[in-house]
Amino acid sequence: MSKVQDTMLYLNGVSVAFDGFRAINNLSIIVRPTEMLAIIGPNGAGKTTMMDIITGKTRPDAGEVMFDGRTDLTKLDEATIANLGIGRKFQKPTVFESHTIWDNLEMALKKPRGIFATLFYTASDDDVARITEILETVRLLHRKDEFAANLSHGQKQWLEIGMLLAQDPKLLLVDEPVAGMTDSETEETAKLLREIAQTRSVVVVEHDMSFVRELGSRVVCLAEGAVLAEGTLDQVSANPAVIERYLGR
Amino acid sequence: MLTQALFRALDKKAVWVIGIFLAVAVYVPVANLLIPPGQFGHVPTYLVSLLGKYLSYAILALALDLVWGYCGILSLGHSAFFALGGYAMGMYLMRQIGTRGVYGNPTLPDFMVFLNWKELPWYWLGFDNFWFAMAMVVVVPGLLAFIFGFFAFRSRVTGVYLSIITQAMTFALLLAFFRNDMGFGGNNGLTDFKDILGAPVQAQTTRVILFSSTAIALALSVLVCSMIVNSKLGKVMVAVRDAESRTRFIGYRVEYVKLFAFTVSAIMAGIAGALYVPQVGIINPGEFEPGNSIEVVIWTAVGGRGTLIGPIIGAIVVNLGKSWFTSALPEFWLFALGALFIFVTLFLPKGIVGLWKQVFGARRKKVEEPATPSPAQSADIERGEDPSTFDNPQPRPAE
Repeated sequence: MSKVQDTMLYLNGVSVAFDGFRAINNLSIIVRPTEMLAIIGPNGAGKTTMMDIITGKTRPDAGEVMFDGRTDLTKLDEATIANLGIGRKFQKPTVFESHTIWDNLEMALKKPRGIFATLFYTASDDDVARITEILETVRLLHRKDEFAANLSHGQKQWLEIGMLLAQDPKLLLVDEPVAGMTDSETEETAKLLREIAQTRSVVVVEHDMSFVRELGSRVVCLAEGAVLAEGTLDQVSANPAVIERYLGR
Repeated sequence: MLTQALFRALDKKAVWVIGIFLAVAVYVPVANLLIPPGQFGHVPTYLVSLLGKYLSYAILALALDLVWGYCGILSLGHSAFFALGGYAMGMYLMRQIGTRGVYGNPTLPDFMVFLNWKELPWYWLGFDNFWFAMAMVVVVPGLLAFIFGFFAFRSRVTGVYLSIITQAMTFALLLAFFRNDMGFGGNNGLTDFKDILGAPVQAQTTRVILFSSTAIALALSVLVCSMIVNSKLGKVMVAVRDAESRTRFIGYRVEYVKLFAFTVSAIMAGIAGALYVPQVGIINPGEFEPGNSIEVVIWTAVGGRGTLIGPIIGAIVVNLGKSWFTSALPEFWLFALGALFIFVTLFLPKGIVGLWKQVFGARRKKVEEPATPSPAQSADIERGEDPSTFDNPQPRPAE
């Protein structure tokens, strides 16, 4: 096992139980800088709970969660963790529906988050350029003044990825990014995530096997809150335990 | 920085609203003092005070709208801040009575003499000074809201639970102010005011000046609210309202956003209360009545929450209705109010302003909308993706 200092995300022996049900059971996972990791696993394997622990929504009962080799995440709250550089995309796309697409990105843009800094904020030319660039990347530039509520499911997913980019995080946690997308959109998303992973660490949770294959990353299969198998997609999907507990179902 | 924020605040709608109330602040005194009674355009003095009362209610409704309509905090205790501001003003006015009270005591208000108090309690000190009292109008409600909000929002008390504890707060204050030992005049409250800044409270010119001050305060409140809701912070407030935890995950401290809105709103409510008291001539614990706070919610809902003009319209319209009803059919007013709330909730979720937008917005849209699909839609169709199918995700392998 590599040293903690060289990792972007380091989970060691993490456990959490809800009313006696062990959602995460002695889970250990490592994500290195600029590495992409895909996490697969049956429903209830603890994928979303794991993300909740990393982002500060849930406190683990035991175990270490370290970010960037030095910051203990178990003591911090959501806003602090987000500002450290961890961005999260939710399973159900949650964009701010009563705001325009532009405003969604402007709010997510990495800027001082204090009350008075926000009250007197005026977008600089750099900010406008950056938001425009992100809008081009997620192909929503032509709809920038529309309300986010008017977007299709797939487009909301993209807007949310755009918001992640605007936050400029070091680590992206992406929960089911291609649910509700057409095949061509799925392909584009895989391409985009691969591109992002050149400069940042990305953790993707996904059920769609063809999408995971396109990501071409290391794969971890979770079941019952622990790592069942780890390796390339081919190795993992050939693992008898994985076939029995997940793929075969 | 500030100029940019001001510039943003003065969008077309806000300029109109501010302009109207500034015009009212000028017109009503002229119409009352210079146009002789009986002539067209004259505003009788009783009406000046009545309108002044409505406008102070409008400030209160606007304050509630800032937290409820924009930030999603349904406060059912906003009249507590209103009443505290009113008490601060009332204390100043009591100290101005001087030896003209029934007992003729130069420092102690009548009720204290009656209770056999020998000296002024420490918390009454300084209230003979107008500016100190005005500072307290802002500080007391603001501080209470800050402390209350700090603990409530930090503990992530939201939704109906927060509403209940705000209601409990105003009820606790109601009971406290009813006690004679508190030193605020018990259930009689503070009344029988004589002077404000040396001018007799009952005089026609004083009433007119109080009215104009209220109208100007309302215009300023609209300006401040417009500045807040048009800033990025205002957008974050709406984001908190719609998706609180999502806002946290992009790095905003939701509790501070709420605390800011709640405190600013409480200060506005306090100012409204301070303007209300000299115009109605009394402040008593009845103002803390939980029912009063709920009425404010109804005004805001009727006018249209989440807009700046809505709560003002709501406060004025509902109170006009109340004035008429309570003289014509007094026993039915509460039923009418309840029915109104149910009607608005069921049929006009966006209030009067929402209805206005629906009627006039739809007509405008019809004129502007071209028959061909928008470029965005046609682009989707060209790519062979019918936009309507996006919402139905296809079942995927291994799901």
